[in-house]
Amino acid sequence: MKKELIELRVNGRSHELAIEPTKLLLDALRQDLQLTGSKRACDDSSCGACTVLVDGIPMLSCTMLAASCEGQEITTIEGVSEHGSLAAIQKAYGDWGGAQCGFCTPGFIMTVKFLLSNNSDPTEAEVRSALSSNLCRCTGYSQMYQAIKAAIEAEQKGMAVVK
Amino acid sequence: MTNDDFSIIGKPIAMVDAAGKTTGAGKYTDDLTMSGMLVGRILHSPFPHARIKHIDTRRAEKVEGVVAVITGKDAPTPYGILPVGHDEHALAVDKVRYVGDNVACVAAIDEATADQALELIDVEYEVLPAYFDPEEAMKAETNLIHENKLNNIEKDYHHVFGDPEKGFAEADCVAEARYIANEVTHAAMEPHSTLAAFEIDSQTGKPGRLTVWSSTQVPYYLQHKLALVLEMPMAQIRVIKPLVGGGFGGKSEVIPLEIIAAIASRAARAPVKITYTREEVFWAHRGRPRTIIDLKTGVTKDGRITAVKARVVQDGGAYCSYGVVTILYSGALLGALYDIPHIQYDGYRVLTNKPACGAMRGHGTVNVRFAFETQMDELAAKLNLDPAEIRQRNLLQAPCVTINGLRVQSYGLPECIEKTVERSGWKQRKGKLPRGRGLGIACSHYVSGAANSIIRSDMPHSTVNIKIDRDGGVVVYTGASEIGQGSDTMTAQVAAETLGCSLGRIKIVAADTDLTPIDIGSYSSRVTFMAGNATLRAAEQIKKQIAVAAARKMNCPVEELIFRNDVVSRKDASVARAPSPADLAENQPTVSGHVDGQILRGSLQQKRKDEGPKTSMSFEEAVVAAIDFHGALTGTGSYAPPPAARGGKHKGAGVGPSPAYSYSAQVAEVTVDEDTGEVTVHKVWAAHDCGRALNPVSVEGQIIGSVWMGMGQALTEEMVWKDGMLMNPGLLEYRSPSSVESPEVEPIIVESIDPEGPFGAKECSEGSLAATIPAISNAIYDAVGIRLHEAPFTPERVLSALRAKTAHKKIDLTEGVDPTAPIHFREHGGALWFRGKGPERHALDPARRETRAETGGDD
Repeated sequence: MKKELIELRVNGRSHELAIEPTKLLLDALRQDLQLTGSKRACDDSSCGACTVLVDGIPMLSCTMLAASCEGQEITTIEGVSEHGSLAAIQKAYGDWGGAQCGFCTPGFIMTVKFLLSNNSDPTEAEVRSALSSNLCRCTGYSQMYQAIKAAIEAEQKGMAVVK
Repeated sequence: MTNDDFSIIGKPIAMVDAAGKTTGAGKYTDDLTMSGMLVGRILHSPFPHARIKHIDTRRAEKVEGVVAVITGKDAPTPYGILPVGHDEHALAVDKVRYVGDNVACVAAIDEATADQALELIDVEYEVLPAYFDPEEAMKAETNLIHENKLNNIEKDYHHVFGDPEKGFAEADCVAEARYIANEVTHAAMEPHSTLAAFEIDSQTGKPGRLTVWSSTQVPYYLQHKLALVLEMPMAQIRVIKPLVGGGFGGKSEVIPLEIIAAIASRAARAPVKITYTREEVFWAHRGRPRTIIDLKTGVTKDGRITAVKARVVQDGGAYCSYGVVTILYSGALLGALYDIPHIQYDGYRVLTNKPACGAMRGHGTVNVRFAFETQMDELAAKLNLDPAEIRQRNLLQAPCVTINGLRVQSYGLPECIEKTVERSGWKQRKGKLPRGRGLGIACSHYVSGAANSIIRSDMPHSTVNIKIDRDGGVVVYTGASEIGQGSDTMTAQVAAETLGCSLGRIKIVAADTDLTPIDIGSYSSRVTFMAGNATLRAAEQIKKQIAVAAARKMNCPVEELIFRNDVVSRKDASVARAPSPADLAENQPTVSGHVDGQILRGSLQQKRKDEGPKTSMSFEEAVVAAIDFHGALTGTGSYAPPPAARGGKHKGAGVGPSPAYSYSAQVAEVTVDEDTGEVTVHKVWAAHDCGRALNPVSVEGQIIGSVWMGMGQALTEEMVWKDGMLMNPGLLEYRSPSSVESPEVEPIIVESIDPEGPFGAKECSEGSLAATIPAISNAIYDAVGIRLHEAPFTPERVLSALRAKTAHKKIDLTEGVDPTAPIHFREHGGALWFRGKGPERHALDPARRETRAETGGDD
């Protein structure tokens, strides 16, 4: 298939890519941009391991065409770390056992990032409901709730310091 | 010793590789690329049982971009994880034995090209009758799945310990029933992936050494089997395990793609990567077999078990895999939980035309434990005993050796039961909850590593090397495989604690067969106990060397030294801390220090001053002193289970023994919707005896994860088959519980401190799973008074049991379904009803005959 030139904006940087029009966003990220943090785990948009933010909204990059994302701001897990350090949610996931094998973790963190950007203090029911878009086979999810709680607290403390 | 005596052990710490996982920087196999790398895709069999008459790959080879097409002829040597089960070929040689069996592989420049070429491979099959039900398969005399396995029985064992007939005669109450646990799979989030590349040998100019990066739990076994099938010396093969996205046993043996990638790479003369699709992962399987358990238990009036008799039939799938071990575990681990004086066990591992079953979390014990613990509950109800009480009346008197030869040393089960009962409010709430809501209790246990390796030899099961250089950095080389369970973190903790240095000094180099000494892998929950002990021994050895040098510097006996918090100090030094300039000043030498080697004259006096006896020195100083003294600083340690822990002498005694057992007791609280049959688990209290909890966050994570996976098997997870076709090969259809369906799990850590475990630690990753299923089935009984003997407890099964109890008409969900569809849609249970007719069947196929007879048509 003939390739086409597209411009993809990922994690604040623009990339010019020559790709087949049928190429999935996940494949463009993983193969063309070497951003391998987003994972392929289910092939059929049921597990959420490939979740990225497109204009701030969590989307499954395994079922989106890369070409359809032109002009949109894509954030992957690689764009979450802040100034070379772990963001609060990343640190908390490590500290509280939110990640075991870690394969689903990037997808979860993108989902949580969206949740917290809309709701800075979600109830446990809201957290459970938000996380249900992603699958994890290791943790049983419990330690993720603790991690999210800890991240919220850390953020609030950080905000207090700034004030 | 209490946890306060440690500075790193027993403290909740983040996994050493956590940041790589939370930032996406960590590399899993499929994240790797190499220049010139090709993509491999595999052609799978569409038939459950067929002879391959002819394969023509010419059309596929002509496709532009295809570099190599390989078939079974390219690697005809059979292999298998067990030495007794070398019955698999990487690519089928003469026969395919399940839908999804591997037939050919195309290596091409990209996935699309490879997929296109797969379509052009012409395979001519002669379809054979297929077997899908183990009890049917056992009757077969012709068209056997493997010619040398009579009646399709892979292996059967018949064990008698004590005198079961006498035991049953002594019983006041006997329960007997058939229990069925349907097939489940690991569904680890990372699909299997392998990258294989050959290096060109400088001397011969031809392909020489092979490097394989693979998502495996057992790099050493993989190296071993690659050598066998590729007919290469093991030393020419390097296996590297990058990050692994979960295993649960599914990556604990050699999976066909691992060998296919290597063969394809050899044929294509280029690196080849193969990553399974999710559907292929389901076909690769190696999960927990459907198990039929006919169980009989006798107890006295006061609840003491007098005898147990179990007949277990496992639907093993098309190849041996770990099957012989699985069927032995099912029998062997009837012992070592409770005190059972007489045991009879008959186990049959049967071959069927479905993907091979293998090892899965709680290997071999889970389904039998479901049957046993449910039956215990039934007996308690008959005798009007508290279900927690009946378990407490059958405890072992540890330390002891069970009737089937298992040595039990640390035994935290009594405390586990006590704690779950207390935390769950069992005594106050059991039997007093409103209708539809109930509590159930069950127990389980598991090995902390198999005492006997798969490959029979006297080699140690784990070896660890440690190197420390002048920079004070500690590099630990271990073959243990991190698969998300925390292997690397445990190793770092044990090394740091033993050496008294900070965690930041430790660097782990793991699971690379060129660099790391042999470790047989991450399976049977062996890593903490065995690799942990090897790390401890290596660290102790190197610590001794540092101590010798440090003691000379401090002018004290070696025994007087304490290693802690990056400081080596004398016991009489009040607090262990880094030496301050003030310390150095007040420690002016009273006796002139020893000076080794050549020292520049001008600095001699200064050197003497510095090297005068101190009461403490920093870890770096001690290391430098030790390197100056010994020349180099390396330590090595290995672990092999002691002979006393290796079990009895009977046939099959090798499976089941372990140097230590973990214990678990759980209470589950459920509600049952009597209108829909839906079961909701609200909370599980899970007490687990893991010896010493080296890292409490990790231990809790493992307990919660095990309970959660057990709940999946109890309620929703099930592989559903139709004519050998998997009906639910996707993560959505397989129904792994999501966060909204997952209960709160309260992990309760019980520390029995094992005498042989590293710092007293035992396993914590598998033992809890088995108790969850019966705890839920017993809670369902408490809630609505039905006994479920087939897992998972789907709404359909719950409703059907509820209606049977109230003498309602049985619901027939097939009513109104397409009348031309076969009556027996499914080989066995299941929640999915399927209307199609499935693949072509041989005229003599038993399932087809049955269908015909019942419909009377020509279906």
